[in-house]
Amino acid sequence: MSLRVDGLRVYYRSLNGDVKAVDGATFEIADGEIMGLAGESGCGKSTLGKSLIRMDARMRFVEGRVELDGRELPIWDDRKMNAYRFTDVSIIPQYALSALNPTRKIGALATELLAARGIALDEVMQEFKRRLKLVGLPESVLERFPIELSGGMRQRVVMVLSSLLDPSLLIADEVTSALDVSTQRAVSELLVEFRDRGFVKSMIVITHDLSVLYQIADTILVMYAGKLAEKAPAETIIEAPVHPYTQLLLSSLPEVGIRYAEKRLSGIPGRPPSLLDPPSGCRFRTRCPFAWEQCGDEPAFKDLAPGHAAACWKAA
Amino acid sequence: MLTLDTCCKTYRVGSFGGGELQAVRNVSLDVGAGEVVSLIGESGSGKSTIGKMILRLLRVTRGNIRFEGTDIATLGGKDLRTYYGDVQGVFQDPFSSYNPIFKADRVFTLLRGEHFSGLSGSEWSTRLQSALEDVSLNPGDVLGKYPHQLSGGQLQRMLIARALLLDIRLLVADEIISMLDASTRIDVLNLLGDLKSRGLGVLFITHDLSLGNYISDRTVILRRGSVVEVGTTEQVFGNPLHLYTRSLLASVPQLHTKWKDIEIELDPGTTDADVDAWSPADDGVLVEIEPGHLVRSSNQDRTS
Repeated sequence: MSLRVDGLRVYYRSLNGDVKAVDGATFEIADGEIMGLAGESGCGKSTLGKSLIRMDARMRFVEGRVELDGRELPIWDDRKMNAYRFTDVSIIPQYALSALNPTRKIGALATELLAARGIALDEVMQEFKRRLKLVGLPESVLERFPIELSGGMRQRVVMVLSSLLDPSLLIADEVTSALDVSTQRAVSELLVEFRDRGFVKSMIVITHDLSVLYQIADTILVMYAGKLAEKAPAETIIEAPVHPYTQLLLSSLPEVGIRYAEKRLSGIPGRPPSLLDPPSGCRFRTRCPFAWEQCGDEPAFKDLAPGHAAACWKAA
Repeated sequence: MLTLDTCCKTYRVGSFGGGELQAVRNVSLDVGAGEVVSLIGESGSGKSTIGKMILRLLRVTRGNIRFEGTDIATLGGKDLRTYYGDVQGVFQDPFSSYNPIFKADRVFTLLRGEHFSGLSGSEWSTRLQSALEDVSLNPGDVLGKYPHQLSGGQLQRMLIARALLLDIRLLVADEIISMLDASTRIDVLNLLGDLKSRGLGVLFITHDLSLGNYISDRTVILRRGSVVEVGTTEQVFGNPLHLYTRSLLASVPQLHTKWKDIEIELDPGTTDADVDAWSPADDGVLVEIEPGHLVRSSNQDRTS
């Protein structure tokens, strides 16, 4: 088992109190698994991903346990985590342009990054060049400034840099959202290839786009308002979801082939609750068409079938 | 209603404007009343430039844009105001379209001062009510609130309501739903569909093929500033002829078909090397394959 997260709670400090962005997350990721993490904006998916590598100043670790390859990750301690970052846990941040220092050439940037971990660039240069070639970039990018590269090229440079030291867990946060369709496909397929070649052991791909996850993820975890809603193999989530939120989310996606004139899709009425003071019971109940009395109590996130878990009274 | 005739836009680039960048090359298209035309292209294809030229935020370098037969470049003063009463735009980021210091309904107040100074208070509020209802917003939910108190979907719908207050006939919708969540974006799309049935013409600018396919009657595919394929949405999506259109369609993530089951036919002209080597002279001409379905063909682009 590569990653095991148990009862993780991460809140944001604010003047009005704690924003409960991740409120009790328990899941596991197997070796070689690509787990997709999906949900609407503000559901806590990025917070969950970020908390596994670096909590920013506003984030507060409340409780929980995170184990990577059998060792506990000290995610609450910014300094202790330094020993794990880049080597064991790595992240591809959401915006590749802001991830690259605009005043440094790619080669210089890599040297500095590696030096911070006590590694000379020469040791990994061979591998670095081999991987750049694999993602379709010429060696000459090392001599270029980030601004000289296109969005897709930058994203690929960051991918190669992030996974250069073969981390056990790679977190990819909305890596394809800002890209064009054809680049999106190329970059997504590269993520799978990185896993297949063993550059990274397992991966969390965070995106709001379920159709991209269906293409590349082995399992999908759907979050809603800071809670886990449903986790299952990608095929099951798309073809036979049990949580009403997953079902409604899927039914609101327009696909090539569906026309307004022929089949009118509808969105989910209402908006996600404020996480400052989340409602009691099931957090989806105010927007859920199937809500009944029982939903006033909080449903447990429990297994329905091997590998398929959901938090809904109707599904139990 | 709106006709673009061989429009070109050249930007001055580089230090001291020494370089030239042809962002839009010989684009001709038209949008009729009650019709949604989607303009699909990747970044840098010139799709937003076309939208801005229609809204007169940019000048056309060559060619002309006519609205009801009048060249919009000649409009000025009172005529321009009338034009903006007919044509309005809504843009991508609803959060930056509002001034965060003022309440969100200031967009309506500003409009009132500009276009409806003769209306009495009660007449105005009736109009405002009905415009908000048209975009399925509850006036009590949105009036008197600051932008940060409203969701992206609500803000975007308020901007559409603002355009509707003017009884516009053409809406330029530039990526209006790409910033919205999946659960709300479909509602905004359906809203465009409803407005279309009331006679509004919409130029729907997007990079997302599935959204264009869902809502539009006709589709225009742009690549590097020129049209490569144009036709009814059924023609373009059902029978894509240009290799570029096909490679775009093969790249769209779908829910029930895996990428590995769809082969991408490599479009000559899309690899990085081809882009560097490409010159406008290779452009070729648009050929009509079936009624209304035009495809660009040249030595470089094979069409079958």
